Amino acid sequence: MKEFEAGCSRPKGQAKPATTIVATPEVERGEQKTMIQVGKPAPQFSAPAFYQGKFVEMDLADYKGKWVMLCFYPGDFTFV
Amino acid sequence: MDSVFVHKIWNDNELSKMLGGKDVPFAMLSDQNGNIGRLYGVYDEEAGTETRGRFIIDPDGVIQAFEVMTPPVGRNVKETLRQIQAFQYVREAKGAEVAPAGWRPGKNTLKPGPQLVGNVWKEWKVQEAFEE
Repeated sequence: MKEFEAGCSRPKGQAKPATTIVATPEVERGEQKTMIQVGKPAPQFSAPAFYQGKFVEMDLADYKGKWVMLCFYPGDFTFV
Repeated sequence: MDSVFVHKIWNDNELSKMLGGKDVPFAMLSDQNGNIGRLYGVYDEEAGTETRGRFIIDPDGVIQAFEVMTPPVGRNVKETLRQIQAFQYVREAKGAEVAPAGWRPGKNTLKPGPQLVGNVWKEWKVQEAFEE
């Protein structure tokens, strides 16, 4: 986990499409569709994060060997 | 979706107040362009937001469970923790035991095998699914 300087440019994060992007008919229309399946590897990614008062770079790969709960939500300050 | 700056302000001005002055204990990641959400199939292109997706990833990096909800209903954190405890238990048991409906730590598991086929009714009662 690397701390980064808070600047004006948007910090980089990236989805890392690896083996889990499955080609479907949609791909022919120029779209990629992800197939998330239980029992299959979680798609890898890295992202900037706020953690313990600091701005850090998070990578899912750093959590190998640990149980991870990954939550998505619509936005900060939403009510529920 | 928000920047890490907004995460900080949300933590400092609201969430920490729910936590008796402590910071949110986990990392608040920023997925500003929605690419991670797309990768996990929880990004709503029309609304331009993430839905409430929740994934349990085991120590091998394998997804063991997920739940996806539309925005207006909150999650059941106790249920998520119960699932993690159950997945940890069966992982430890290496296939020798499985966790039936409503299982939580301390409750009976089932031992799969030829003798259990057709005999679950003797080992497990429906009310166990509803008991704490």
